[in-house]
Amino acid sequence: MSTESVLEERIGEWRQYFGKRQAIRSVDIEELEDHLRSQVEALRQAGLNEDEAFLVAIKRLGDQDSVSREFAHEYSERLWKQLVVSPGDGASSSPTAHRETVAAVGLATAAAVAFKIPELFGKHMSDDADMSFYVHNVTLFVLPFLAAFFALKRGMQRSAWYRLAIPFLAAGLIMNLLPFVVEGHTEILAAIHLPIALWLTIGVAYVGGLWRSHEQRMNFVRFSGEWFIYYVLIALGGGALVGITLFIFNAIGLNAESVVQQWVIPCGAVGGVLIAAWLVEFKQSVIESMAPVLTLLFTPLFAVLLLVFVAAMVWTGNVINMQREVLIGFDLLLVLVLGLLLYAISARDPQAPPGAFDRLRLLLVLCALIVDALALWAMVERTSEFGWTPNKTAALGLNMLLLVNLGWSAVLYALFLTKRAPFNRLERWQTAYLPAFGIWAWIVVAIFPLIFNYQ
Amino acid sequence: MEIDKDLVAASATPLVLAILSEGQSYGYAIIKRVGEVSGGELEWTDGMVYPLLHRLERRGYVEAVWGQSETGRRRKYYRMTRSGAEHLDRQRRQWKLVDTALRGIWRMALEPIGQPV
Repeated sequence: MSTESVLEERIGEWRQYFGKRQAIRSVDIEELEDHLRSQVEALRQAGLNEDEAFLVAIKRLGDQDSVSREFAHEYSERLWKQLVVSPGDGASSSPTAHRETVAAVGLATAAAVAFKIPELFGKHMSDDADMSFYVHNVTLFVLPFLAAFFALKRGMQRSAWYRLAIPFLAAGLIMNLLPFVVEGHTEILAAIHLPIALWLTIGVAYVGGLWRSHEQRMNFVRFSGEWFIYYVLIALGGGALVGITLFIFNAIGLNAESVVQQWVIPCGAVGGVLIAAWLVEFKQSVIESMAPVLTLLFTPLFAVLLLVFVAAMVWTGNVINMQREVLIGFDLLLVLVLGLLLYAISARDPQAPPGAFDRLRLLLVLCALIVDALALWAMVERTSEFGWTPNKTAALGLNMLLLVNLGWSAVLYALFLTKRAPFNRLERWQTAYLPAFGIWAWIVVAIFPLIFNYQ
Repeated sequence: MEIDKDLVAASATPLVLAILSEGQSYGYAIIKRVGEVSGGELEWTDGMVYPLLHRLERRGYVEAVWGQSETGRRRKYYRMTRSGAEHLDRQRRQWKLVDTALRGIWRMALEPIGQPV
């Protein structure tokens, strides 16, 4: 090997090693490399051999820790992973990323425009009579565009596009042709459950049709959690925008309320769904997922809350007073506990041995199950008084669904903690269970109206 | 002679700007020039000059352009800007003041240096 190539190799190694420093960009390394080479040349002319020259030059450049610390001091922003990177630097400059950005913004705009088209046909949101049209269809103005975004992104074939369209068409027919009683329970229930039902279709598009794969399903779970967080953040920003808009126009004597109510809020809420999805996809590898961090934070708090709650019930002997709305509250509790469990699972290394947090999670699930069982007990005692209303049936069905999920999760978690089952079984149980939520939502949307006479 | 770290840090900016006031230059040459003007007494860790140059660039005291070395390698050249010249001027007046003050006090209190009193 010639001496030239030995030097090149050493410089290459040096570059690689330096390149791992977060605060140092490749242009900086290039600049330092020019320095290194100038130094080596000068030392060689002074009579040193290549090895010596390289070693001296490296020594004079200073040790990498302090140099990179100095860079970090100068460029503190580089220590924060930036999502919006400057052009020509990394991910955002690639043509695919550019195409995705255009697609996301285009589809968000399209969704916002689509939402306003019914106005041309005299369906006004401000009109109480037309409000039910919007209640029925709001999901259908948004989610098809989101499905299209993923179908585009995953490069799905035409036949797959058609298959994706079927649930949306079915939903459109159900929501607009069934003779719902205006403001009846089944109508409201259908409107609430439709997004959940169609989220299943979003999932199929998200995984590019590979819905049988458990790993892909888990990816979709991760996406959904991050999407929710981003949507909430965007909504907060939107709230600030709306508030300030109203305030400053009010200051010059103009009332912006109707514009804000009919354009800014609906278009923003609709477009935000797509923008949030695009952001989550874009930042996936750049920024840490937030949902697992939140679960880590809230798992102990909720565990303590439920423990204290159970203890308080035992201590006072008070039973749950099963008013009409209470069951929904307990449904939400179970949803929350399931969320805490699911997002902890989504981020957990399946190979890791059982730890303190695993025990805590099992405790949380067990407490939730006890509380819910007590709530159900209280309800069964009084079912005869209220009868089977659509609301109660929907709440009870969801409760059963969650109870089964969490009950078996607790068993699997206990098996894992006692080293009788791998963690993977719990993971699989969760991903296998996902379609059940969608199917239940479809039942509420499509079957409940028939059973309960559209009331 | 070993020079105090804080003093090296404080004098680095005026030194670099003064060298750049002679004409555009690049990191390696700047370090070499520092060695020359200090008679080889002032030695910096070479790598540290770059964060400093970047800081001066960010503050608008110098401009950087990528050019080529004599051997055709890519090289980043720095040139002093107008506001850099103004800054150098301010620095020079401050250093002069400090220098005068120190000379004054030393003449009264410590002279003659190095000889036992």
